[in-house]
Amino acid sequence: MITKRIIACLDVHDGRVVKGVQFVDLIDAGDPATQAARHAREGADEIVLLDITATHEGRQTLLDTVRRTARELFVPFCVGGGIRSADDAAQVFDAGADKVSVNSAALKDPMLIDAIGRSFGAQAVVVAIDARRDPDAADPVRDAQVFVQGGRKPAGRRVVEWAREAEDRGAGEILLTSMNSDGMRTGFDCELTAAVSESVGIPVIASGGAGTVEHFVDVFGRGKADAALAASIFHFGVSSARSLKEELARAGVSVRLPC
Amino acid sequence: MRVTVIDYKAGNLTSVLKALRQLGAEAEVTDGDLARVETAERLVLPGVGHFAATERLDATGLTPAIRAAIARGVPFLGICVGMQWLYAGSSEAPNQPGLAHFSESCAHFAASAEKVPHVGWNSLEVRPGSRLLAGVEPGEFVYFTHSYKAPVTADTAAVTYYIEPFAAAVESGNVMGVQFHPEKSGTTGLKILSNFLAWKARGAE
Repeated sequence: MITKRIIACLDVHDGRVVKGVQFVDLIDAGDPATQAARHAREGADEIVLLDITATHEGRQTLLDTVRRTARELFVPFCVGGGIRSADDAAQVFDAGADKVSVNSAALKDPMLIDAIGRSFGAQAVVVAIDARRDPDAADPVRDAQVFVQGGRKPAGRRVVEWAREAEDRGAGEILLTSMNSDGMRTGFDCELTAAVSESVGIPVIASGGAGTVEHFVDVFGRGKADAALAASIFHFGVSSARSLKEELARAGVSVRLPC
Repeated sequence: MRVTVIDYKAGNLTSVLKALRQLGAEAEVTDGDLARVETAERLVLPGVGHFAATERLDATGLTPAIRAAIARGVPFLGICVGMQWLYAGSSEAPNQPGLAHFSESCAHFAASAEKVPHVGWNSLEVRPGSRLLAGVEPGEFVYFTHSYKAPVTADTAAVTYYIEPFAAAVESGNVMGVQFHPEKSGTTGLKILSNFLAWKARGAE
């Protein structure tokens, strides 16, 4: 039976893991390679490394960090941040990533999704969408807007439509981050996650807002997520992926255990 | 031991090479040097991406070289599309023949409410007698990412259920294939790769 994935996310800034609230007020949370290895050992099903400063500072993804992190990692490893071309993606794959996540560059040039998919396969392309509900819209969920540059700027696209286009262009997965919930530990945006998950045929990874085990149960149930990203819940010793998954199993969620 | 990994420009080999080297193998890559295949001790054909990419194996003359190596008894492991290539073909690229070591063909998952591709960790139902999957206990998980799959037949070494039962692994003597990614399947995956690296012909053990 296919299991729901718990993905450990490392937001990286200047080669260090950081955590902030709604992408600002960053706190140092350790070395990426050490953190990734620990999460894998403690039962994470996958590791995502997002270089959160790459895009707006115009930097390349930190290939050395990727190389060092990938070295002893034998679970799927996805890297995002600053990937603007198929050549950028190729460098990240060479450094040891299994998937790349593209965000603002794909909005600017949607053909990027096609190009990476053609060279490396759809399974290697994750389209990350930073979403914010539109409180003034008739339907704040269906009309949720895509944001770029770390949540700073509206992209002028609706989330559900962009997710569908990404799938049509050959994305293998959607990584959906709710900017309203990110870092708040008040729960995932289950309505928005379900709206996207029901609109596409590819897996959807929910992100933003995890604070308790119940939040994960909720997003896998009501939110129809195929995987969920967790960052702050693991840092600072709140919980491990293994203990989270043990509690999820008790709540009836199918997860990879033992792990 | 030496392992020759065949590069046919269908995705990246870094993870496969890293896992083989972690297990102590001396892994070399060839993208068309037939001599390397002719003298290979073990062959690995990875593959992520489209079945049509296996056309490159025909164009470079690797297909007959691999066929000859298999006939010589060289242990062969196909991963993902590399496993599917062992069959007659795939509906993903109907005009591109596979090796036809196994006579069946690969097909897309049947239409259903489930997401395709099948992405994530799923369990294996290992058939008795599999040497590739020796030591894999019931309830161990491996990582999959694919939209096409091989049918369950007498050569199937492990069955996985997603939408329908399909061949998660195939094994016939020195010819082995896995639909999942052992290089991305944690300690279970490394155990399976290690079994492949230790594989010897019966009588040569």
